[in-house]
Amino acid sequence: MSAHSHVDGQLPHEPEKATLEGRNKVLGFWLFLGGETVLFGTLFSAFLALRDQVGDGNPTSQELFQLPLVAAATFILLTSSLTSVFAIQAMHTNRVKSMLNWLILTVLLGAGFLGLEIYEFYHYVHEGHGFTTSAFSSSFYTLVGFHGAHVAFGVFWITMLIVQTFRKGLNTTTAPKIYVAGMYWHFIDVVWVFIFTVVYLMGKVG
Amino acid sequence: MDWLTTVDHKKIGILYLIAGGFFFLIGGLEAILIRIQLWRPLNDFVSASTFNELLTMHGTTMIFLAAMPLLFALMNAVVPLQIGARDVAFPFLNSLGFWTFFFGGVLLNVSWFAGGAPDAGWTSYVPLASPLYSEGKGVDYYVIGLQIAGIGTLIGGINFLATIINMRAPGMSFMRMPMFTWTVFITSALILFAFPALAVGLVALMFDRLFEANFFNVNNGGNTVLWEHIFWIFGHPEVYILILPAFGVISEVISTFSRKRLFGYSSMVFATVLIGFLGFMVWAHHMFTVGLGPVANALFSIATMLIAVPTGIKIFNWLFTMWGGSIRFTTANMFAVGFVPTFVMGGVTGVMLASAPADYQYHDTYFVVAHFHYVIVGGLILGIFAGLFYWWPKMFGRMLNETLGKICFWLFFTGFHLTFFVQHFLGLMGMPRRIYTYLDGLGFNNMNLISTVGAILMGLGTIAFLINIVITSMKPKNAAYDPWEDGRTLEWTIPSPAPEYNFAQTPLVRGYDAFWKEKMEGKNAMTPAEPLGPIHMPSPSILPFIMSIGLFIAGFGLMYHQHIITIAGLVITFGCMFTRSVKDDHGFHIEPDELHDKGVKA
Ligand code: HEM
Ligand SMILES: [Cu+2]
Repeated sequence: MSAHSHVDGQLPHEPEKATLEGRNKVLGFWLFLGGETVLFGTLFSAFLALRDQVGDGNPTSQELFQLPLVAAATFILLTSSLTSVFAIQAMHTNRVKSMLNWLILTVLLGAGFLGLEIYEFYHYVHEGHGFTTSAFSSSFYTLVGFHGAHVAFGVFWITMLIVQTFRKGLNTTTAPKIYVAGMYWHFIDVVWVFIFTVVYLMGKVG
Repeated sequence: MDWLTTVDHKKIGILYLIAGGFFFLIGGLEAILIRIQLWRPLNDFVSASTFNELLTMHGTTMIFLAAMPLLFALMNAVVPLQIGARDVAFPFLNSLGFWTFFFGGVLLNVSWFAGGAPDAGWTSYVPLASPLYSEGKGVDYYVIGLQIAGIGTLIGGINFLATIINMRAPGMSFMRMPMFTWTVFITSALILFAFPALAVGLVALMFDRLFEANFFNVNNGGNTVLWEHIFWIFGHPEVYILILPAFGVISEVISTFSRKRLFGYSSMVFATVLIGFLGFMVWAHHMFTVGLGPVANALFSIATMLIAVPTGIKIFNWLFTMWGGSIRFTTANMFAVGFVPTFVMGGVTGVMLASAPADYQYHDTYFVVAHFHYVIVGGLILGIFAGLFYWWPKMFGRMLNETLGKICFWLFFTGFHLTFFVQHFLGLMGMPRRIYTYLDGLGFNNMNLISTVGAILMGLGTIAFLINIVITSMKPKNAAYDPWEDGRTLEWTIPSPAPEYNFAQTPLVRGYDAFWKEKMEGKNAMTPAEPLGPIHMPSPSILPFIMSIGLFIAGFGLMYHQHIITIAGLVITFGCMFTRSVKDDHGFHIEPDELHDKGVKA
């Protein structure tokens, strides 16, 4: 059960689960995502409770939201989920180079999404929809901003893992980390699908 | 230094014990000050605003900084041993969890010296806690301190879940797990699903207070009942997070000292799971008087009363375990036996409160105060005492003094009932909770006096416990493996205190009450599941300590709007995370010839 039970060059088929440490990490991360689900669930509830509380003279969600922009962001983020799947597949067949390429693409897409989100927020503030404008605006920025912060964290994290893999290669220490980062990335995507539906689509149709 | 860097779950358990015990003393002191203020009508021992601070900090401290950490102390000390594991799943995170709890607690208490402690009640209800009504920094300390401490709790919960799922010894199926481990398992699951909700509530309140957000600001569309929902969706499960491990302790202690298998083990497991589940379904019983309407009130009323069923199952199982057993009244067992009727009384008043129409009468009176102290002090704290007396030899290698222990028990137990029994009647007579004084001639005087005397007795009981610790720590470490001689579970098969690797060889578990089963077959040790070999250990690390300091600093920056300081603090924390991630640390090995315990052939 030691941390370095693999023989160099012969990576096991599922390297992330080859050691007890790795198995613990994957399980622990599933549990962590359970907690994150409650976190976002509570944020969604708060948003739903407050989304019509716009106050006098402030822009409503119907006036603010521009679906094409959000749809583009959604498309970019969903694509990045796909590229992260390819990365994990490459990892499982021990194609380190292709794994790294897919990871780099994932990071770039994530950064692109963030760029669009920052532009979007900037635009809303100009429309008079600041963080302190109304209960709707506070809960909107908190929910979407929390998600954005998660994306930003993921971008940094995966970048770091890429650098580490460049230096140390793929082994039973790095593999669980990459696997877990992949789980995290999917989770962020799923949350975004809900945000897209609950915040933007429902906000547009009223 | 060793203590700052340790990742050994047994040492972290001791750290939790020291820190939790320290906060328990602070919370107890606050309680005694509250009771001194209330001992007679129109007293002016403390001012009204100080009273609010004392009351708020007492509740917050006791729940988050005393009760939970003391439970974490027992969990850390015992759970890996009970399941035959060498460690927890994430030793590094375990240490991180401790230090974030600790610095969160320190931050909360710094408020006393920084111009005013939080004063909006431990539930921090808005609008009372809004910037409009609570102008000082007090509530800011509450939201940030609890946030940091909460991170620690969440980490701990995940750690125990992963440990229990992944690291049980061969043969230790779920239905062979000791009852304490079972309750810790369910409690950890509750932590996982309850604490993130609290985190969101605290963030929202923080944004309202520090950055002018409008979550709870009615003038700008906010909603104050939203806070109550979020708080109690966390808060009600929280009370079960607290009580379930105490149930576990009681099960172990009663079964050991009755020299009998726990009666109805599988129904106990079922009841624990059911209580955990129902704990999430009843939060709005704290909000009957908010005006949710008769339908919601009726549903939450019924759901609440349902909890009495699995709780009743547990009570009867304890009674049947004692029935016909050869009971030994050690101090641990006296606390456990004292727990049962006391907790039953708390449960009965709970069911009374669960009736929505009746609750309109009881709500916000001393009746509620009596109810929750019967469950929290009479349940949880008695359970913690029982656990500490029971496992002390395993944690420290020394037996606590039994005579002093019994003095402690009687002082605490009588003091407790004196303090809180009369409060039921104070409540029924209409004494509201959270008032700093009352008029003469309302018939409250005598009972308040009795209550104060009781509180002082509890204080004396606690002092008796402290003396016991001091005296015990001067004696030689000579506790036996199985000092109670009736140990049933795996922790009693290894030396006291447990060596750093816990088990020289992982034991093979062949049934429920694994050790007892071997004893019944005439053996006095477990059959090992593996040959003696090198044992892998995680290396100590200072990073958790520094990371928590980083959060502590960032907290101050946020509160005083010094963004440079906030960023500096976060840089420290994330820098440590980064270091941890890029530096591979494979730990070290203990070789077989270094083991104290020479092992047997597998
Ligand atoms: C059969 C089980 C129980 C029932 C039916 C029950 C019911 C209730 C109800 C209806 C209230 C709200 C009263 C009001 O504010 O008007 C309440 C308050 C409370 N209960 Fe329980 N309870 C039970 C067990 C517990 C346990 C096990 C704990 C803790 C370990 C606990 C701790 C509390 C606390 C702290 C409060 C007061 C909260 C506050 O407003 O500050 N209860 N209980
Ligand atoms: Cu409750």
